[in-house]
Amino acid sequence: MKKVMMGNHAVSYGARLSRVQVISAYPITPQTQIVEELSELCARGELEAKFIKVESEHSAMAACIGASAGGARAFTATSSQGLALMHELLHWAAGARLPIVLANVNRAMGPGWSIWSEQTDSLAQRDTGWLQIYCESNQEVLDTTIQAFKIAETLSLPVMVILDAFFLSHTYEPVDIPDQRGIDRFLPPFQPKVKMDIRDPHAFGALVTPEHYYEFRYNIQKAFERATGVIEEVGREFGEHFGRYYGLLEEYEMDDAEIVLVTSSTITSTARAVVRERRARGEKIGLLKVRVFRPFPFAAIRQALSGVRKAAVIDRNISFGHHGIFFSEIKSALYGQPDAPRLFGFIAGLGGRDVTPETIHDIIDITQHESKPQQDIYWIGLKSAGQKATAPKTAAVK
Amino acid sequence: MKNFVIPETDYMVPGHLACPGCGASLGMRFALKALGEKTMVVVPACCWSIIAGPFPYSAVKVPLFHTAFETAASVASGLRAALDMQGQDDVTVMAWAGDGGTFDIGLQALSGAAERNEDFIYVCYDNEAYMNTGIQRSSATPEGAWTTTTPEGHVKDRPKKNIVDILAAHRIPYVATASVAYPHDFIRKLQKAQSMHGTRFIHLLSPCPPGWKIPSDDSIEIARLAVQTKLFPLYEIEDGEKVTINLEPDGLPVRHYFEKQGRFRYLTDADYERIQRDVDHRWEILKRKAEWAKE
Ligand SMILES: Cc1ncc(C[n+]2csc(CCOP(=O)(O)OP(=O)(O)O)c2C)c(N)n1
Ligand code: SF4
Ligand SMILES: [Mg+2]
Repeated sequence: MKKVMMGNHAVSYGARLSRVQVISAYPITPQTQIVEELSELCARGELEAKFIKVESEHSAMAACIGASAGGARAFTATSSQGLALMHELLHWAAGARLPIVLANVNRAMGPGWSIWSEQTDSLAQRDTGWLQIYCESNQEVLDTTIQAFKIAETLSLPVMVILDAFFLSHTYEPVDIPDQRGIDRFLPPFQPKVKMDIRDPHAFGALVTPEHYYEFRYNIQKAFERATGVIEEVGREFGEHFGRYYGLLEEYEMDDAEIVLVTSSTITSTARAVVRERRARGEKIGLLKVRVFRPFPFAAIRQALSGVRKAAVIDRNISFGHHGIFFSEIKSALYGQPDAPRLFGFIAGLGGRDVTPETIHDIIDITQHESKPQQDIYWIGLKSAGQKATAPKTAAVK
Repeated sequence: MKNFVIPETDYMVPGHLACPGCGASLGMRFALKALGEKTMVVVPACCWSIIAGPFPYSAVKVPLFHTAFETAASVASGLRAALDMQGQDDVTVMAWAGDGGTFDIGLQALSGAAERNEDFIYVCYDNEAYMNTGIQRSSATPEGAWTTTTPEGHVKDRPKKNIVDILAAHRIPYVATASVAYPHDFIRKLQKAQSMHGTRFIHLLSPCPPGWKIPSDDSIEIARLAVQTKLFPLYEIEDGEKVTINLEPDGLPVRHYFEKQGRFRYLTDADYERIQRDVDHRWEILKRKAEWAKE
């Protein structure tokens, strides 16, 4: 069944189709409709779940932790300040190996107050032990939410499904809603490997001496190493069921590409249109969308960029004192690779500033024009003085 | 209470890591006797994170979830929801937290859960300071007490927060005080709480020999003195209003309680008098509330 819906509702429908049992969440713009819709679904009896209307995001994550430890499929959604407030418990959820799914709407962090799109909120949670999947369309949001539970429960690790503020959260797109029976076959009820059980009592999360802690962390890392394969497998299986296939990366016009744009989230859609345009002019431009950020798909990225002359990484995020975060991670993936491209790092669209086709054209032009990067990071579209990156005024542009 | 027998079965095992004379460990032993094997316990950061023993051990024979400092009430809410979704409504969820995790950092989560009337029992074992981290003041530390952050010259100059009134103000079904020196009363209250639904809160005064600067074999006597001096009356409040006093104290002068504890060594006679007046005053208020409830 096709329905036109906003990205936030795509999350809600994904959670409903996944038959989540415990939801605990707190309102924050631009995520609020996710939980409003889930409240409606519960109230109408279309979703049999307990909805715990907590007093903060911190408690939302804590309640999900309790629910998941008790053996229920648990879900929450948040954004920006709310995600930051959860930080301590994101570590707890991962360390306790609880397969919680969280939808995060990427929103800039204050101050000043910004409700607009930026990835720094979720990327700042990089080292908490959560898988992170960035979505490009409302369809991908719905499909990924469902896959997230399967991935999480296979690995006993929590998964974050991420969508851009407004560009997805509030944008209406046609979305194909898979039928419930199909989803039930794809995603059977949660069967926890261990849980709080009065017939088999254990202590969870007890004091752990240096004798054991190290191995616990090693086990988490091993699960993350398995995760790339699991995500690919689940994406393939989803495709077999519903006709839409998903992987770690998505390649577009990459076969003979000399210059490749590397993007994530909705910037990808704009970039795809621009690449199409430049291809029509005979330029060998390709596009690589990074869908999965944790686990970082090292091997897939090396393979995709092998033999490419130059790559331009576009980051709607910033690690102050360092670089765009995708850029620095991709650099680390390519370190020491003999046939790695020259890497150009671009910051664009922070705080929801539009990344237009012109922005992408500028990025391509700079990358084409310069034999190697003249700056550590290029700030595209900067209005004030400073390291202003402007496109060379060559012909053919725009 | 005459024919009341303390259940024999123990769900706490020897080998736990509490100090000798620890009220918190005795409290848990009584609590599990009262609630039985169909109980799950949620413990935030506190002395009990240590008392329960390191991985792979556990000092209790029921499922125990260790969690972050400020999350006992919210984790318990989630656990309850999970059990309800699986039809396990015969299982009791008990959050077991210290005064720091209850009066201070966990108050927001607890207030949220109480306002929602989440279906669990919450026991705050109150040793009147952050003992796990080495005796720092909390908002449960009484006036005049020494701690490492209220040292000589700066002993605590504000009264203890009234957590019972705060919880009662949420109009939850059951709020009670209890003491490890009165196990019959404590166990009866837990069992009464277990027979009810909604948020049930028990404030358990829990002596701590190293923190209170008392000999470990004085724990119980001092806990009893807290009740007998009316500093810590035993009472319960149902539905936020119905106050019942469970024990009429002898009304010993408060100095009997203070003089036995090194942490109060900086109190003067003038302090004793002032605190005595305050205690008498609060006892009057409590008595009137109880009389009012009887009418
Ligand atoms: C967020 C956070 N802040 C601080 C701590 C350190 N910490 C652990 S236990 C504790 C004190 C606990 O006091 P209380 O709740 O009264 O329990 P007690 O140790 O007295 O039994 C503190 C401050 C922590 N674990 N987490
Ligand atoms: S420090 Fe106090 S509360 Fe903590 S274990 Fe020792 S006696 Fe018990
Ligand atoms: Mg304490």
